[in-house]
Amino acid sequence: MIRVRGINKSFRVARRKAGLSRAVKALFSREQERVQALKDISFDIAGGEMVGYIGPNGAGKSTTIKVLCGILTPDSGTCEIMGRVPWKERLAHVRDIGVVFGQRSQLWWDVPVDDSFELIRDIYRVDKALYQATRDELVALLGLEEILMTPARSLSLGQRMRCELAASLLHRPRLLFLDEPTIGLDAVSKLAVRQFIKRMNLQEGTTVILTTHDMQDIEALAQRIILIGRGRILLDGGLEALKRHSGDRKILTFEYRGEKPGLCPGMELVSSQEGRLVVRLDQKRLSTAQALAHIIPQVELIDLATASPSAEEMVAALYQEYSI
Amino acid sequence: MRAYAAIFRMKFTGGLQYRAAALAGLATQFAWGFMEILAFMAFHRANPAAFPMSLSQTVSYIWLQQAFLALFMTWFFDRDIFDAILSGAIAYELARPADLYGRWFCQSAASRLSRAVLRCFPVLIIACMLPGPFGLKAPESLAQLGLFFLSMGLSLVVVVSFSMLIYISAFHTLSPVGVRIMAAVAADFLAGGTVPLPFFPAGFRQVAELLPFAAMQNMPLRIYIGHITGADALLGLGLQSFWALALIIWGRALMKRALGRVVVQGG
Repeated sequence: MIRVRGINKSFRVARRKAGLSRAVKALFSREQERVQALKDISFDIAGGEMVGYIGPNGAGKSTTIKVLCGILTPDSGTCEIMGRVPWKERLAHVRDIGVVFGQRSQLWWDVPVDDSFELIRDIYRVDKALYQATRDELVALLGLEEILMTPARSLSLGQRMRCELAASLLHRPRLLFLDEPTIGLDAVSKLAVRQFIKRMNLQEGTTVILTTHDMQDIEALAQRIILIGRGRILLDGGLEALKRHSGDRKILTFEYRGEKPGLCPGMELVSSQEGRLVVRLDQKRLSTAQALAHIIPQVELIDLATASPSAEEMVAALYQEYSI
Repeated sequence: MRAYAAIFRMKFTGGLQYRAAALAGLATQFAWGFMEILAFMAFHRANPAAFPMSLSQTVSYIWLQQAFLALFMTWFFDRDIFDAILSGAIAYELARPADLYGRWFCQSAASRLSRAVLRCFPVLIIACMLPGPFGLKAPESLAQLGLFFLSMGLSLVVVVSFSMLIYISAFHTLSPVGVRIMAAVAADFLAGGTVPLPFFPAGFRQVAELLPFAAMQNMPLRIYIGHITGADALLGLGLQSFWALALIIWGRALMKRALGRVVVQGG
C-alpha cells in the first residue's frame, strides 16, 4: 500500500543569537542553516497494518506524515501510496486518505459540528446515502449524538477530538494518518479514541499510521513500530522486537525488614529507601531465580514484585542509546 | 463546484451573524458619506466649472460607494486565510481534495458579499430619501442599471483576485502586514476609493484608467451615475473581464509556485 524509498527533506531555518546588535546585523545578512528533517527514509507498509511512528520531539514524525499526505514535497526520494505519488497527484491522493492533526482543528469554529460534517461531505463529494450511513455509524460509535449541534468552539478537547476523528473518516478512507490523536486527552477519552481506532482497523481494514508520544497508545494499538530520531529510521519492527532490543530487563521490587542487602553482578540499583529496594536485572547475566536466591537469605522479606519495563521505559532507553 | 458552493454558503451564513459589527459599520459609512459630500460641495461652490462630473452624480457615486463598501474595499482581508498560512492550519486545507485557490476565492467573495448584503440596504434606502442635493438618484435607464449589476459582479471578481495576490504573499513574508497596508492603500486610491478617477489630473488619469484598479469600484459606480455610457460601458466591462482573468491566472501561478515550496509552520 505504501512504499517509501530514500526520502530526504530539509528546511532552511534563519538563525541568530539573541540580542539587539545581532538582530540589527541580521537585517543585512541573514545566517541560514539547512536543517535536515528527513534523511534517507525508507519503509513499506501493507494494507490493513497499524503502524506506530514514534520518536522524540523534532525527530521528523510530522514531516513524514506531511510528505505522505502530499502537503510537503521532499527534496529527493520516491514514495508511492496506492499507486500514486502524493505530492504530484495531491488532489487525487487526498481523496483516499484521512488525516487527523491532533494539534489543529478541521472543524469550523463557529458552526455546529454537523455543519462541518456536511461541508466535508460536499468537499469529498460523498454520495448522500453512503454519507448518511457512515455518519450515523460514526456518531453511534464515538458517542456524538449530544454534541453534533454544538459549535466546535464550545466543545471540550476530548469531545472535539472525537469529532475530528469522525470528520476524517466521513469519506471512508482506506488509509488514515493520525498525528498525535490523543494529545492532551483525559484517560476516558483516550480509551474511547483507542478503542475506536482499533475497531476501524480490525473491522474496516483501514490502514492506520499513528504518531504519538503516549506509549500506551503504542501498546494498545500498534503491531509495528517505526522509531525515527534526527530524521533517520532507527528501528522498524514489532513491539516484541523493541522489547528484545531493549534487552531482557526486569525490575524487581523488594520490601524487607533488616539491613539493606548487598547487590551482585547483573543487578543495577534503581532506588533504595528504608525497607524498600528496587533493582533492574540484566537477564542475560542473571536470572530472576538467581537474583532472588542472592537477596532473600540476606533479609527478612515482606513482599516482592516483578515487572517488565513499560514501553515508555524501553523507548526512553532507546532514545538514550541512540542519543537522540 | 458543489464544494465551492458549500464553502460559500458556510462563510456567507457565518458572516450574517455579525449584526453589531454591521450596525457600527453603518454608522461609520453614513458619517463618512456625509463628510465626503460636504467636502465635494465646498469644492463645487468654489469652482463648478472645474468639476468633471455633476454634483448630483458625485453624490450618487459616494452613496453607492458607501453602500457597497464591503464589495470594493481593497483593505479588507479574511483573517482566517492569513491565520491558516501563518499558524500552519493550512495543513488541513491541503489535505482536502479541493483546489486551494478556488476555495479561498469563494471564502473571500462570500465574506464580502455577506457583509455587503447586511449593509447595503439601509444605506441605499436612507440615501434615496435624503432631500435635494444630498440624495441618491436612480439611474437614467434600466439598461444602465443592468450594466451596473454586471459591472459590479466583475469588479468583485477583480477585487477578490487582487486580494488573493496579497494572501499568497503571506507564504513568502511571514508578517504580511507591511505588504498588506502598502498594497491596500495604493489600490484603494487608484480604484477611485478616495476621489473618483475623473478628478485625477490629466495624463495621470489616462494611465490610471487602464490599470486593474480602475476595473474595481470605478467602473460600476460611473456606469450607474451615467458617467460612462453606451460603447464606453461595454469597453469598460471588457477591461474588467481582462483584468479579472489576468489576475486569476497570475494568482494561480503564484499559488502553485508557493505550494511547491510550502513550509508548514509549527510542527
